[in-house]
Amino acid sequence: MALDFDSARLSNPYVTAEHEEWRSQLRRFIDKEIMPYAEEWDEAGSIPDALWPKAAETGMFGLGYPEALGGLEEGIDIWHHNILNEEMSRIGAGGVSSTLLVHCIGLPPVAKFGSDAIKQAVVPAVLAGEKRISLGITEPGAGSDVAQLSTTAVRDGDHYVVNGSKTYITGGMNANWFTTAVRTGGEGGKGVSCLLIPADLEGVSRTSLDRKQGWWAGDTATIYFDNVRVPATHLLGEENQGFKVIMNNFNAERMTMAASMEAYSRVCLEEAVEWAQQRKTFGKCLSEHQVIRHKIAEMKQRINATQAYIQACSHQIMQGQPNAGDIAMLKVQSSQTMEYCAREAMQIMGGISYMRGSRVERIYREVRVNAIGGGSEEILRDLASRQYGV
Amino acid sequence: MSLDFDSARLPNPYLTADHDAWRAQLRRFVEQEIAPFAAEWDEAGKIPDELWPKAGEVGIFAAGYPEAYGGISEGLDIWHGHIVHEELCRVGVGGVTASLTAHGISLPTVLKCAKEEVRQMVGPAVLSGQKRISLGITEPGAGSDVAQLTTTAVRDGDHYVVNGSKTFITGGMNASWVSTAVRTGGAGAQGVSMLLIPTDLPGFSCTALDRKQGWWASDTATLYFDNVRVPCHYLIGEENQGFKAIMANFNLERLGLVVDMEAYARVCLEEAVQWAQQRKTFGKCLSEHQVIRHKIAEMKQRINATQAYLQVCSKQLQDGNANAGDIALLKVQASQTMEYCAREGMQIMGGIGYMRGGKIERLYREVRVNAIGGGSEEIMRDLAARQFQL
Repeated sequence: MALDFDSARLSNPYVTAEHEEWRSQLRRFIDKEIMPYAEEWDEAGSIPDALWPKAAETGMFGLGYPEALGGLEEGIDIWHHNILNEEMSRIGAGGVSSTLLVHCIGLPPVAKFGSDAIKQAVVPAVLAGEKRISLGITEPGAGSDVAQLSTTAVRDGDHYVVNGSKTYITGGMNANWFTTAVRTGGEGGKGVSCLLIPADLEGVSRTSLDRKQGWWAGDTATIYFDNVRVPATHLLGEENQGFKVIMNNFNAERMTMAASMEAYSRVCLEEAVEWAQQRKTFGKCLSEHQVIRHKIAEMKQRINATQAYIQACSHQIMQGQPNAGDIAMLKVQSSQTMEYCAREAMQIMGGISYMRGSRVERIYREVRVNAIGGGSEEILRDLASRQYGV
Repeated sequence: MSLDFDSARLPNPYLTADHDAWRAQLRRFVEQEIAPFAAEWDEAGKIPDELWPKAGEVGIFAAGYPEAYGGISEGLDIWHGHIVHEELCRVGVGGVTASLTAHGISLPTVLKCAKEEVRQMVGPAVLSGQKRISLGITEPGAGSDVAQLTTTAVRDGDHYVVNGSKTFITGGMNASWVSTAVRTGGAGAQGVSMLLIPTDLPGFSCTALDRKQGWWASDTATLYFDNVRVPCHYLIGEENQGFKAIMANFNLERLGLVVDMEAYARVCLEEAVQWAQQRKTFGKCLSEHQVIRHKIAEMKQRINATQAYLQVCSKQLQDGNANAGDIALLKVQASQTMEYCAREGMQIMGGIGYMRGGKIERLYREVRVNAIGGGSEEIMRDLAARQFQL
């Protein structure tokens, strides 16, 4: 047993043969359709549109959605989701996986809180890979402090008139819809609603945020709403109850990110070990130098702890007893582990890892988007201490 | 839900009502017989001898050992053993835990590998608390590098004649027997045997190591063997096969230490949270200052990760699939977590945390004995790297 992506995975008593079959099915697809091109797409800053319908065929988009809406719910549990995130992260190109799976944060509010007509119009099209949907919460002037957001939606007959802007929107340049947090009432969290805004409405415009540290393949955008008239039927959930709609999905989003970050850490471990066993310095393999062996052991330790913590929280979720504080801190645990492993892997690999084109170089540049996005480490510690009643 | 010793424990899917009853029974005993006196014993450097038979009555020693030798094994699993450690550690006096559980590192090998009459002589006496047993491996000139040890046992008729010394022996001053690693053959690990040495034999002497950073209550000792004649049938296992016998118990020993360290970390968390919620600074509770809340969240994060990792390794060991590398790194994870929580716990408590008599002051002084004993962090990383075939 050496340390590669698979052997460095702790045993998991909850994973069955069906889960393993799902993993190998995904891996076959990814190794054929994504892995060989991901680096090229990342450098080009764009993913071919043809990938979406192909990916949809594997069932990866529909995972956990009702069959009636084109999803696959029967027999699907959280481990299927974790495996999907793990296998996508194995690519080592966060811009590709985050863009391809961006509906995981934009679509659940529609599927859970939209009217039947809206659900039918949106969900099957997204799950088939024909259309895309993004989540619009952060604004130039407000991020995690959702209660402060200033994009307004003013009721005018059967419509809302939306004005404002949203930024750092993953998948924003090519989204057909935005699940958008807007202010319909007074100040604070109680004046916020969630509104589905079609991107082709008059008054919607967007500019690309294409100069980022990482996630180059991702079509991140700033979105502008200038007197956009949105049918009132596009409201998701009740008016001024949008805070709840948004919060509803946070645990799942954080688990997704934790699973991804742990997998990125494991990619770093795999790459570093492989290199350390080949590369000779001072008459022996790098892996025979004690300081290198200890770096590798320390990486594995943190990866083990993070994996075990993911198992514990996943099991809690399966039992219907998620603990938001524990999940928030799991995300911090994961980003710290990813940061550590990216750093140490680069130190072990030396010059070659600094060259663009390697997974480790890219993952190193993608640490902060994971440590900030979906709730920064600082925001999550705030949240956890409240949850723990401290 | 706030953070105390019990609420800060992650759900554990393997625990049943029977485990909870076991915990409650132990806690009643510990709160009545140990907790009120432990700090005093630690300052005095001595635990009353009467504690052993009392603890024997509630099954603290016997849990998990074969019924044939006075143990209780029917219906008990690895979690019962963990709960013993956890509840003893809740007292926050490591010298007491270490003394009361010293048999845990020596007795299993005796009951597995010694001659039947020796097992009958030792097992019931130790498990009832009538007598004590220690493990003697480390020497003034050799520690983790067991292959280097120089205490010799030379065959002379029906006896071995033992010469040499052992040091840092937990429980050494009051042990009736010492399960001792001796050199019976040539150089290296293949010349090592395990021999049970009664401490009332002529030529045996010991001196107390009573000036330690922590573990004051513990009767740690240096042992001297001067032509001690030990009957041959006290050999544990086969001659020159002692290395294997020693190694066989290491995984369980390390898990025991991990349970201790995680529990100590949790004691620090509990103490710090309780203080932070009472103490007022600058017009509000300490716990309302953001930097304190974040310290607490970070402590809980590391405790969560360690607990989850411990669950995974315990399950593996119970299923007979122990991974020595993962367990070695878990010990590092646990000592780092204990170190972090003792440090941050004391920072949060301030001056009162520095005064003797408080749990955190003592645990802070007991970090290193846990991070060094049972295999130092550095030895553990070496071992793990070999196990992972680097």
